[in-house]
Amino acid sequence: MSGLDYTILVVTMLGIAGYGVWRTKAGGDLNAYIKGAGETRWLTIGLSVMATQASAITFLSTPGQGYESGLGFVQNYFGAPLALIVVATVFLPIYRRLRVYTAYEYLGHRFDPKTRLLGAGLFLLQRGLGAGITIYAPAIVLSTVMGWRLDATIVCSGLIVIAYTVWGGCEAVNVTQKYQIGVIFAGMVAAFVVLLHRLPAGLSMTDALTIAGGFHKMKAVDFSLDVDRRYTIWSGVLGGMFLALSYFGTDQSQVQRYLSGTSLRESRLGLMFNAVFKIPMQFFILLLGVLIFVFYQFERPPVYFNRAEWTLQARGGPGGRLRALDAQFASAHADERRGLEAWVGARRSGDHSGEEAARAAAAAAQERAEAARSETKAVLRSTGAHASANDADYVFITFILDQLPHGLIGLLVAAFFAAALSSKSGELNALGSTTTVDIYRHVVRREASDAHYVAASKWFTAMWGLVAIGFALFANLAENLIQAVNILGSVFYGVVLGLFLVAFFLKRVGGTAAFWAALASQALVFALYFTLPISYLWYNVIGCAACMALSLAIQAVLGSAGPGAAQAATP
Amino acid sequence: MKSGDEEEATGLPGLRTWRGVYIAVLAAFATWVALLAALTGAFS
Repeated sequence: MSGLDYTILVVTMLGIAGYGVWRTKAGGDLNAYIKGAGETRWLTIGLSVMATQASAITFLSTPGQGYESGLGFVQNYFGAPLALIVVATVFLPIYRRLRVYTAYEYLGHRFDPKTRLLGAGLFLLQRGLGAGITIYAPAIVLSTVMGWRLDATIVCSGLIVIAYTVWGGCEAVNVTQKYQIGVIFAGMVAAFVVLLHRLPAGLSMTDALTIAGGFHKMKAVDFSLDVDRRYTIWSGVLGGMFLALSYFGTDQSQVQRYLSGTSLRESRLGLMFNAVFKIPMQFFILLLGVLIFVFYQFERPPVYFNRAEWTLQARGGPGGRLRALDAQFASAHADERRGLEAWVGARRSGDHSGEEAARAAAAAAQERAEAARSETKAVLRSTGAHASANDADYVFITFILDQLPHGLIGLLVAAFFAAALSSKSGELNALGSTTTVDIYRHVVRREASDAHYVAASKWFTAMWGLVAIGFALFANLAENLIQAVNILGSVFYGVVLGLFLVAFFLKRVGGTAAFWAALASQALVFALYFTLPISYLWYNVIGCAACMALSLAIQAVLGSAGPGAAQAATP
Repeated sequence: MKSGDEEEATGLPGLRTWRGVYIAVLAAFATWVALLAALTGAFS
C-alpha cells in the first residue's frame, strides 16, 4: 500500500466514525440510546440491516467461495426474502405493539422471566462468540497480507468501533452504517470494473462465463435431493429460511436496527429493501469471485494465496517440496492457459472438434494445477496452525493488491474495515442492550433512573467490545471464515427461533414447557452436530421443530398453561 | 381479519397495500431464482 492508500483508509475510517460521534453527541434517554428515539427512516434501516449482516468476512471471504466452489453459495440466501416477509408481518408488529427494547423482553411478556433469560442467554453466548470472529476474521487476512501486526490490527479496529458505539448508541450505529455501506459498495463496484478490464483482450463476458462453466463454477441452482450436499435449492429455501427467520426475527443485532424505525411502515420497508436486494448482492459478490477465477486462468496466480505463509514455510524444512510443487503448478498453469486460448480461438472460428479437444486439454492441465495446489495445502497444513485457514479467504485481497491501482487499493481496504466496523457496531450495540435490559435491569437492579441504565448500557457495550477483542486475540479458526460464522449461528438459531414460534403460534404452551423444551432441543442439536454429517443449514430446521414439538409434548404432560399466555403477546 | 397495522399506507406508487408489497417481493425472488436457474442451464 502506498501513502495515498493509507491516507484514503485512515480518512475514510476516522471520518465516518467521527461523523457518527458528532451526529449523536447530544446524548439522551434509554429509548434514544437503544432505539435511536425511533426516528430512523426506511432507507437507513434497510442499509443498516444489510450492513449488520454483511461483515468484512462477507466481502473478503465470499469472492473466495466463488473462486473455489462457484455460484452455489448464493442458494444459502434463498430463504431470506420469505423469512423477511414473515418478520415484517408477524414479529415486527408485536415488537412494536409491546414497545420492547429487545426481542427477549417479548419472551418475558409471553412466557415468564426464566424463558426470557434463556433467550437472552443463548443470544449472548452465540453472538458473543460470533463477535470475536467478526473482528478476528478480517484482521487475520489483512494483517497477513499487509504485513501488519495481527494484535495491533485487532486492537485498533476494535477500539475505534467501541468508541463510537459506546458514545452514540443505536443512532451512531445506524448513521455510520449508512456511510460505511456506501464505501463498501463503491469499493466492490470499482473492483468489478477493474476486473472486467483486466480480463484478456477480446474475451467477452459470454466467453468468460463459458470458461467458468467448463470448470463447474456456474452452478448457481442445484435441484439435487442429496441432504449431504451443503448448498442445494432445498437446503437454501427451507434451511436458509429458518436461519434467516431466526437471524432477522430474533437476533437482537437485527431487531434493534428495525425497531429504531419512525413507524411500522419505515421498519417494514427497510426489511423489504433487504428482501429484494440480498440475493442479487450475494450473487454479485460470488460472480466477482468466479470472474477472478477466470482471470487467474490467464494470469498465473500464486500456488497458495496466503503468500506470506508460503514464503515463511518455504524458508524452512518443507521448502524444497514447496518449490517443486510451485514449479509443477507453473507448468500446469501454462499448459492450461495455452489450452484455453486454443479453445476460445476454436470457439470463435466455429471449429467444434478443435474446441472440444482444446477444452479437454485445458481441463486436464487444470486438474494437474489443482493437484499441485492441493498438495501444497497439505504440506502447509502439516507444518503449523497458521496454514489451517483456507487460502480461499486470501484470493480477493491478493487480486486487489496485485491488480488494482493505488488509491483503489486504499478504498478496498477501507471497504473491508468499514464492513468489519459496521457489523461489529451492530453486534456490540445489541450485546450491550440485551445485557442491560434483559439481565441487569431485569435481575440485578430493577428500579433506577434512565441515566443510570444508559450508563450501564455503555459500560456493557464496552465490556463486550473488550471481550470480542480478547477472543479475537486468542482465536485460531479453521475452514472458510464465512462458513464458520454461519455454522455457529445454525447451532443456536433453530432453538431460539423455536421459542419465538411457540410464543407466537402455540398459545396453549406456557413458559415452563417452552423453557425445558428449548434446553432439551439445544442439547439435541449439539449431539447431532457432532454425530450427523448433514448440511449445517438443516440444524436450524431440526432445532426449531424439536423445540416446538417438545413444547407441546411437555405442556401436555404438565396440563393447561393457565392464563400466562397473554393475548397482547400473540398475533 | 385486518389489523390497524395492516391498514397503514405503504406510501409506494402502484403498491397501495402491504399484501401487494409482499407479492411484489415474492415476484422479485421468483425472478431471481429463475434467472439463476437459467444461468446455470446456459453455462453448466
